[in-house]
Amino acid sequence: MVESRRYRNILAYFTLTVGIVVVAFPVYLAILASTFDAATIINGNMPLLPGDQAGVNYPRALFSGGRMAREPVSMMMVNSFIMAVGIAVGKILISILSAFAVVYFSFPLRKTAFWVIFITLMLPIEVRIYPTYKIVADLGLLDTYTGLIMPLIASATGTLLFRQFFMTIPDELLEASKIDGAGPFRFFKDTLIPLSMTTIAALFVIQFIYGWNQYLWPLLITTKGSMQTIVIGIKKMITTQDALTEWQIAMTTAVLAMVPPVLVVVFMQRLFVKGLVETEK
Amino acid sequence: MEKRALFSSKILPYALLLPQLVITIIFFYLPASQAIWQSFLLEDAFGLSSEFVGFENYRHLFGQPEYYKAMVTTVVFSTSVAILSLSCALLLATQADKQLRGGEGYKTLLIWPYAVAPAIAGVLWIFMFHPTLGTLARPIKAMGIDWNPMLNGKHAMTLLVLSATWKQISYNFLFFLAGLQAIPKSVIEAAAIDGASPLRRFWTIIFPLLSPTTFFLIVVNIVYVFFDTFGIIDAVTGGGPAGQTTTLVYKVYADGRLGGDLGGSAAQSVILMIIVIALTAVQFRYIERKVQY
Repeated sequence: MVESRRYRNILAYFTLTVGIVVVAFPVYLAILASTFDAATIINGNMPLLPGDQAGVNYPRALFSGGRMAREPVSMMMVNSFIMAVGIAVGKILISILSAFAVVYFSFPLRKTAFWVIFITLMLPIEVRIYPTYKIVADLGLLDTYTGLIMPLIASATGTLLFRQFFMTIPDELLEASKIDGAGPFRFFKDTLIPLSMTTIAALFVIQFIYGWNQYLWPLLITTKGSMQTIVIGIKKMITTQDALTEWQIAMTTAVLAMVPPVLVVVFMQRLFVKGLVETEK
Repeated sequence: MEKRALFSSKILPYALLLPQLVITIIFFYLPASQAIWQSFLLEDAFGLSSEFVGFENYRHLFGQPEYYKAMVTTVVFSTSVAILSLSCALLLATQADKQLRGGEGYKTLLIWPYAVAPAIAGVLWIFMFHPTLGTLARPIKAMGIDWNPMLNGKHAMTLLVLSATWKQISYNFLFFLAGLQAIPKSVIEAAAIDGASPLRRFWTIIFPLLSPTTFFLIVVNIVYVFFDTFGIIDAVTGGGPAGQTTTLVYKVYADGRLGGDLGGSAAQSVILMIIVIALTAVQFRYIERKVQY
């Protein structure tokens, strides 16, 4: 623009740097805390440079767990991983099939089916939490992966995303496949799926993060320690009686809980942004 | 908009829809309708029998001072988080939009907190501001403030607002940056040549053109604070001290679980459903209007 660029650029760099530091600081403190012993943290004078206890804290958290949540964190991470992947894959499977039906077939109840699915967008699980709990309990699904995953799949985001994408695929492709004698299955497998790969990947990234970070639902339906997810595990490590909280283990666990989803965002940034922008439209 | 070319099959489309419909009915429609039905029932203390009491649960709910308190808390919480996170994100997005070298790097360094679970965000912030061991609690205490979010409701709310804002900035930043980059540079350049200062250009051109994004984000942020902050509240304050940080969603959870008041909890769920449907309707109406432009 017409103004001197130099001054404005310095201001921009400064603002952004401050922003980045402020955003990173809470996580930096958690990483620091995971490198000290309990005593250093408790006395309230934790140094601002890393200590030397990381080699003790991480193996202990991963393989034997804290005093309050006795399960090893590695087990919680496995649970979180199964839940996150289950939600992502489950949602992709059911929604790509239903979007295929709604977009590429004409049948009497098409509009109705679409609206029945669409309405679920409006109500997050938090508002129907106890009745859902009761149904899952009646089905005998408490403390199971199925119980963790299924209720969180029941939503329209994926269906809408695939529907939107299918709409942009030119009709000529279907006409061409039909001339080639392809039926619905062939068209789905050989044309639709390959074209949808990026959309599938973007949805997977978003749903993985969503699933990994779930809190209220796993809190309600897991009672066994062996079914705990890592996000729940941390909460249990921090007790109201300060003396019992092993902050170094809790913060080590917090770091471990952040690593997988943050890595996904950083290394699959393009897919992540695509998924985020398109699921919200 | 519909496809011209279609398959015709009598059974196949239903078979394809079946998995989603079954899951949706069992885990969505059934519980949602049960919540509505239960809100008209009164269960005895052991859950053995229940009788139909009409709007009694609702009347009871609106007679509780705590319910109004939770409403006020929710409004204060969501307004503070929305204003704070939107303005921080807008500031950062306008700066990142200035075609800086390393622009993509800045983006990466600002969006990663999206991946942090709300409950974990809460844990990070309570650790930082813990009254006895928090690194940032010490300077606050040195200033002569008796900082204690475990006992002081205002301090607890401040901590909640900060942690919820921290987590939401990345999301708002991403959408603001996309919105800014969609504004044609020629419009802004024309204003610059006419002698409009950067600040004036922002308020008279950029900000109005950004309003669809801003509006969308306001609705998303309110929904976020309503529901996704459950984990933050449970980790940081547990609704306390003395219920001063209990929001509407937290109250549904607390009344149903700790109080065992299922009818009252269900009535609260129904009211929340109405609020969310209203918010979504506002959003859709707005989007439709945008399409017509």
